[in-house]
Amino acid sequence: MRTIVSAFMIALLLVPATLAVSAELKKSAADIEVVDFDAFAPRLEMDNDSLYVINFWATWCAPCVREIPAFDKLHETYKDKKVKVLLVSLDNPDHIDNRVIPFIENHNVQSEVILLDEPNANRWIPLVSEKWSGAIPATVIYSGSFRGFYEREFKYEELEEIIIPLL
Amino acid sequence: MLFVALFSTGLVAQGYEVGDVATDFHLLNVDGNHVSMSDYEDAKGIVLIFSCNHCPYVVAYEDRMIELHKAYAPKGFPVIAVNPNDTIAEPRDSYTKMIERAEEKNFPFAYLIDADQTIYPQYGATRTPHVFLLEKVGEEFVVAYIGAIDDNYRDADAVETPYLANAIDALLAGETPDPTFTRAIGCTIKVRQ
Repeated sequence: MRTIVSAFMIALLLVPATLAVSAELKKSAADIEVVDFDAFAPRLEMDNDSLYVINFWATWCAPCVREIPAFDKLHETYKDKKVKVLLVSLDNPDHIDNRVIPFIENHNVQSEVILLDEPNANRWIPLVSEKWSGAIPATVIYSGSFRGFYEREFKYEELEEIIIPLL
Repeated sequence: MLFVALFSTGLVAQGYEVGDVATDFHLLNVDGNHVSMSDYEDAKGIVLIFSCNHCPYVVAYEDRMIELHKAYAPKGFPVIAVNPNDTIAEPRDSYTKMIERAEEKNFPFAYLIDADQTIYPQYGATRTPHVFLLEKVGEEFVVAYIGAIDDNYRDADAVETPYLANAIDALLAGETPDPTFTRAIGCTIKVRQ
């Protein structure tokens, strides 16, 4: 009985320690939140006075990688004007540590990055936009009653052309 | 040039819908010969997959494409893979590299290059992999299903619905596939700049 009690006590002591460590590890992972679609969905319809620019990308997608600096510049330029840039990585979650985080660090990406972990794309692609065939890069821009979906690559000036009239 | 202009403004031509008659083609295969769908005289249809070398989603599906061909070519539905990417924009998808990949993986199906990028826009392919299942009706190839191979690119063992195989089975049974359209994440087709 005593053994069981002590084992139980030790377990009690260990559990919070383990939790603390894993929370810390997650935090140090360049703040990449891994979400399933249900957790992500509210980000597609925030009801406030901000303008949201949500870009779907992956480290293996060359045109995506090319346009990331444009999105990041948009974030830097307009963050004080209620423009929120969210970069949604579709990389395999197994590649967070060896691809996604190194990419973010090497390119000094300042925008928020999350990773969408949802292999059955047929379920969630139409919920992002009925117009989306599934090719990336793809971007949703919305604010108030405006909602744009773009299955294409952007240059910085092209993004500005869309958002400036909405600000 | 026209397509470059259309794509750069984001106005993509719509392409085929289920029920449309698909255009045949005459494209260079990795074995050096040109291939058309009409060459497959005994086929009941064609599993046309816009594919390439470099895209991780394609790589994830290569073994499944091989299995599909092995399972369905004998039943009258061979796979034909077509690389729609511009090889200057994406050198990893060059014709030479296609030959290398076909040899490495021992592709049992034709792997063609849409070198002038004239075929994929007619189909409305936007990504790789992008499947067009065609049913032969008389001498014509009619689009029967457009979309994904299955519902889990990451893990073949975790697939719940093999959309493409189900669609072929439906055609073989004389039925209409359900669904006839699915979506999947894929690599954008690389257009000549």
